[in-house]
Amino acid sequence: MPASLVDANSLLAVDVGTVTSRAAFFDVVEGHYRFIASGNAPSTASAPFRDVSEGVSQAIENLQMITGRKFLGEGHNLIIPASEGTGVDTFAATISAGPALKTVVVGLLGDVSLESTQRLARSTYARVVDTIGLNDARKPEGQIDNLVRLRPDLILIAGGTDGGAERSVQRLMEIVGLACYLLPADKRPALLFAGNQKLTDEVKKSLLPLTSSFSISSNLRPGIDTEDLQPAQRALTELYIQVRRSQMNGVDELNTWAGNTLMPTASAEGRIIRFLSQVYDSSKGILGVDLGASAATIAAAFNGELTLGVYPQLGLGEGLANLLRYTSMENILKWIPFEIPAEAVREYLFQKSIYPASLPATPEDLSIEQAVARQSLHAALKSASKDFPRKVRRAAFGLTPYFEPILGAGSVITRAPTLGQGLLILLDAIQPMGITTVILDQNNLLPALGAAASRNSILPIQVLESGAFLGLATVVAPYVNARPGTPVLQARLINQNGNESLMEIKQGELEIMPLPAGQSGRLYLQPYHNADLGFGPDRTREDGIPVTGTVMGLVIDARGRPLRFPEDGARRCEIIKKWLWTVGG
Amino acid sequence: MLAPVVHILPLATLRRERLLPVPGRVIARMDQKVTSLDVVAEAHYGQEHVLIDVARLFGVQPEAAQRLIQVKAGEMVTKGQSIAQRMGFVPQILRAPGNGLVILVGDGAILMEGGEETFELRAGIPGRVTRQIPERGVEITFNGALVQGVWGNGLIGLGVMLPVITAPDELLSLNQMDVGLRGSILLAGHCNDPEALQAAGDMPVRGLILGSLSPDLISLAAQAQYPIVVVDGFGLRPMDSAAYQLLTTNAKREVTINAEPFDRHTGVRPEILIPLPVTQEPPLPRDVETFAPGQPVRLTRAPHAGEVGTLAKLLPGLTALPSGLHVAAAEVRLDSGEQIVVIPLANLEVLG
Repeated sequence: MPASLVDANSLLAVDVGTVTSRAAFFDVVEGHYRFIASGNAPSTASAPFRDVSEGVSQAIENLQMITGRKFLGEGHNLIIPASEGTGVDTFAATISAGPALKTVVVGLLGDVSLESTQRLARSTYARVVDTIGLNDARKPEGQIDNLVRLRPDLILIAGGTDGGAERSVQRLMEIVGLACYLLPADKRPALLFAGNQKLTDEVKKSLLPLTSSFSISSNLRPGIDTEDLQPAQRALTELYIQVRRSQMNGVDELNTWAGNTLMPTASAEGRIIRFLSQVYDSSKGILGVDLGASAATIAAAFNGELTLGVYPQLGLGEGLANLLRYTSMENILKWIPFEIPAEAVREYLFQKSIYPASLPATPEDLSIEQAVARQSLHAALKSASKDFPRKVRRAAFGLTPYFEPILGAGSVITRAPTLGQGLLILLDAIQPMGITTVILDQNNLLPALGAAASRNSILPIQVLESGAFLGLATVVAPYVNARPGTPVLQARLINQNGNESLMEIKQGELEIMPLPAGQSGRLYLQPYHNADLGFGPDRTREDGIPVTGTVMGLVIDARGRPLRFPEDGARRCEIIKKWLWTVGG
Repeated sequence: MLAPVVHILPLATLRRERLLPVPGRVIARMDQKVTSLDVVAEAHYGQEHVLIDVARLFGVQPEAAQRLIQVKAGEMVTKGQSIAQRMGFVPQILRAPGNGLVILVGDGAILMEGGEETFELRAGIPGRVTRQIPERGVEITFNGALVQGVWGNGLIGLGVMLPVITAPDELLSLNQMDVGLRGSILLAGHCNDPEALQAAGDMPVRGLILGSLSPDLISLAAQAQYPIVVVDGFGLRPMDSAAYQLLTTNAKREVTINAEPFDRHTGVRPEILIPLPVTQEPPLPRDVETFAPGQPVRLTRAPHAGEVGTLAKLLPGLTALPSGLHVAAAEVRLDSGEQIVVIPLANLEVLG
């Protein structure tokens, strides 16, 4: 880690996704780290290549064309370290490509170690295919046969507090061990043990020879009321990479280029969100959402405590064929601004699952895609919020906690035809509360910064402050129990030139007060009818709130929480069109 | 830009490895001609396991139980055979619960494998065995016409292909299910009628090739007892003209319908294979292409989903679409007319 910019290094960061491989270049400009440019190429993780190298090379070559700087030498080898304007000093990489790991979770009790192990599984690209616990009604041989039939990629074992239950954990280990023994050697799973630490030697001795990769971390449930997921998450991150190395060609080379620091994309995003929540003192949480083809990822950090939720089943790729298992058709249809038969949405879901890289060419197709995106992201956040710390501040039970800022990523959001459409997807799906800033990660830099953070702590902060991210909007969302049409808020904005604008907002409205990027001002808010902006009912900051300009300006979202729609279809369509029109169409 | 490729080829050579899930015995000989249904390798493996906790049953420590066990790993036992015995005033005998193989003995327990079944690996494609892979399977080389699909229900079938359509957008209906079609592989357009699927199974047919399928029928099609391959996708769309022409041209020929589910990661796709005589082995199809003018392409998303055309021109930079997206795109001359349309590259796949 450079102690100062004297030791500063250029950085090339690569992210291998299901659909796209991306390369981003950072360098020092006038004494500060800056994001310089990025290059993309189709991912080659899947057939016919099944080798990530080709897509990575093409993305870097694309970057070479844009920057005029050479990164790859003969044989597509990375030029590292940099010399005379070619190559790069450091390299970081992240990966989300590939099917979610088939995962079996093993623990003692459903609401203790099994729950924590499930949460651990949710922190990476994993699909839980079986759960084995003490209260499992199956016979041991039934559990063994199922494990053999499922052929999991990964087994996560926890159970027993430190110094607590041993025999029950041993019995579970026996089942896992026998199943692994029965599997052909080349089909054996990776295994992580994060249970009673008294058993680690025994676990290692009995299970290490029967697994493809093996890891032990400290107990994720050291006490009955204590959960400590972080060490197990770190171990899982490494194990995930081990599995990918055995599954996909080119991952080994990528990891070597990255000095053995290759990370799952979601973990890198989580790391930077946690890092930001530590750096920026805030009474609110920091939220990062990424909606990609592989998964919907939710990273929320509250005072350095990260909740990371990775939902492959809610990604906008192959998972779409099964989306209706996790949400209803009505919940997708309600976001579409015209009447459309459910059949059309079903067709979209299945067709897009076959062609995850395909794009909506017609306005109708785009509306369906954005509706699905809203509902997937909403479902992911709802699921992740169950794992948020209990003490987080919320306006009311069941509502989104207060966040500042909210970072949005994923091409359906960042590459939406208009910035307003991207903003509206985020507002509809997240339904933020209080006063917050919405930022777009247009160049998919979050994973790069997360992967780089462990080796260069200055770079992420300087890049974040350099304008590489797009300040999309400052959002004011009051929580109020009032009838539609009732005035709930008066907003007075005095910009840096002393110009004043005033607006009265009624319940149900979505309004914009322009404050362009580069400008600043002070916002005075007067809530009515017990409207809560995060300061308490009807309370405000008398001295005003300093606000910085963004491309969309100040967006006042008084549509109500949770968002409700008229039952009349025509009226619903009309309202959605109006919201869309408000944010610029 | 790299282009996805789908094979719709009137004459091609294919080489496919067919491998057992566990080590076993290779049956097919080198150079043997096989049909898609021939068994080329087999493996025996137990389907059910029984864990006998001798220590618990005898109420002794595992170390003590270990000394009482009378069988060894690798030993076959028969139902009722004594597998552990504890001496005393009243000797206790533990007997095998069924016939099976002792897999493991340790920690005072016995793991037995029963319900042995033979897994038979079928050739999947018709052709000639061109390589034996010891204990695992074979490589088969096929010559003939090939049409790849997008969805399959996991079954394999072999039979004479009979079209029940006269146009690529025709609907498959119950009243087309004539008894004369029994035992054949049906070639149809779109299916949105559950009764038609049911009737095809009742006849029964040996397979069904569809241009497209209603998404409402996916679970029914997945449970069908005969192989189903969907060539183009879901929703009301005609079979693409390239596949339609190739398949109808080969009507009444014997075809293999290998309805393996589409797996983007491994590249396994459902396929229709029509063996054809060749004097000289045609080239292997190319799996990797980059977009270039002159290529035959298929359009995967609306509008024009399922249509086939020729890539006329790659457009420079980014092109604005009616949806408002700005993307890399190309001009495509549609086969259905002389119409030239602008299509995002992401919505094209090269036919080759």
